[in-house]
Amino acid sequence: MVDIFGLYNYWIVIFLAMAGMYIVIARGNLIKKLVGLNIFQASVFVLYISFGKVTGGTAPILVKGVDTYSNPLPHVLILTAIVVGVATTALGLALVVRIRQEYGTIEEDDIHSQDESM
Amino acid sequence: MREYLILRVITKLLFPFILLFGLYVQFHGDFGPGGGFQAGVIFAASFILYSMVFGVQAAQRVLPDGILRGAIAGGLLLYALVGVVDLMLGVNYLDYSPMLTNPKDGQHLGIFLVELGVGITVASVMMTMFFTFATWREE
Amino acid sequence: MAEAVDIIILALMTVTVIGIVVIRNLLAVVMLSGIYSLLAASIFVAMDAVDVAFTEAAVGAGISTVLFIATLALTTRIEKKPAHKPLLPLFVCIVTGAVLIYSSLDMARYGDPNSPANRHVATYYLENTKKDTGIPNVVTAVLASYRGYDTLGEVTVIFTAGIGVILLLGSWRRGLKTPNPHPEDEA
Repeated sequence: MVDIFGLYNYWIVIFLAMAGMYIVIARGNLIKKLVGLNIFQASVFVLYISFGKVTGGTAPILVKGVDTYSNPLPHVLILTAIVVGVATTALGLALVVRIRQEYGTIEEDDIHSQDESM
Repeated sequence: MREYLILRVITKLLFPFILLFGLYVQFHGDFGPGGGFQAGVIFAASFILYSMVFGVQAAQRVLPDGILRGAIAGGLLLYALVGVVDLMLGVNYLDYSPMLTNPKDGQHLGIFLVELGVGITVASVMMTMFFTFATWREE
Repeated sequence: MAEAVDIIILALMTVTVIGIVVIRNLLAVVMLSGIYSLLAASIFVAMDAVDVAFTEAAVGAGISTVLFIATLALTTRIEKKPAHKPLLPLFVCIVTGAVLIYSSLDMARYGDPNSPANRHVATYYLENTKKDTGIPNVVTAVLASYRGYDTLGEVTVIFTAGIGVILLLGSWRRGLKTPNPHPEDEA
């Protein structure tokens, strides 16, 4: 059987990503879709940081007496990605507030039916 | 929030310590975890906490909209200008080594200024976004 | 012991996400997403990513939750009951998940020091940071010095998001209800 613990991280991340994707495509409420997008993003971050972990290593801050460090490059990439993620979430939420002002609802079905009946 | 005495007292007590911690994280990003982004968000979180307990007008008396919008652009401008200074010293854009006589000191100064710019922009953007959401009124 | 912490935190994240999918009260959903971000920050600490954990806790469990609650205060709080059972999205997600699990069987095992990700450029940075910059925190050195240009782009993204929110929701719009309306405003 495959090495369960070596792959457990990746399988959990795949489950979290698919749950986030399910929320985005199956639920109609715009705020819940944004929450699902956040879940998807966070699960991808966990995946990237799992790639960088080295067994027996420590945080990549150079100190005397330690010679195995975890890989610092995924940390740099994910720092940028987290901040970009919150930027897009904030813009999405501002758009939701304006949509609610124009259409009176934030459910996707009601917005489509209002658009088609115009 | 007038009747939540514990919240008001604790917020007033904690507010300077959160700001101090934010400054610590900003300037010790070289030697431990930290840096511009974390410090900016902690700084903004302290003001958001204050405005949630005491009202947005109280927080906007300290940091009016004009100053925040100037700081959003100012942080980014500081970052870009560090690179331009390097161009004027004759090396590549954002190559901090020739800024002081010792290349390692130049790196320290360059990273200090750059992280300061990042921290200022992130803190101002987070505070502006919260104040904008909190003072929005349907017309 | 360290593996037990990983397993438990990831299992808690799974339970939280199942709760988010099922619950229809949006305030509870937003609170659970804050808990999810905090659990993600804990697992980052368990994986030696301290800078990332700091940022995820501050940004995900802090600012994101506050903005979601501010939006909830300006819109509705309960999600509408779905009209029909979403079988096609469920099927798509299950098929995609199965394909991804099949592809994960070839990946390097968790914690492997000889995986391709941990060998080429990372060792260069770990060896030369002390010599080039004299800064102990390798992540800050890479972010601000070796790859400073990318960080400039990231700060520009934050700047653009702030400008976008101001344009969409800012108080400058209230000045538009004047005797001479702005020609591009179609209100």
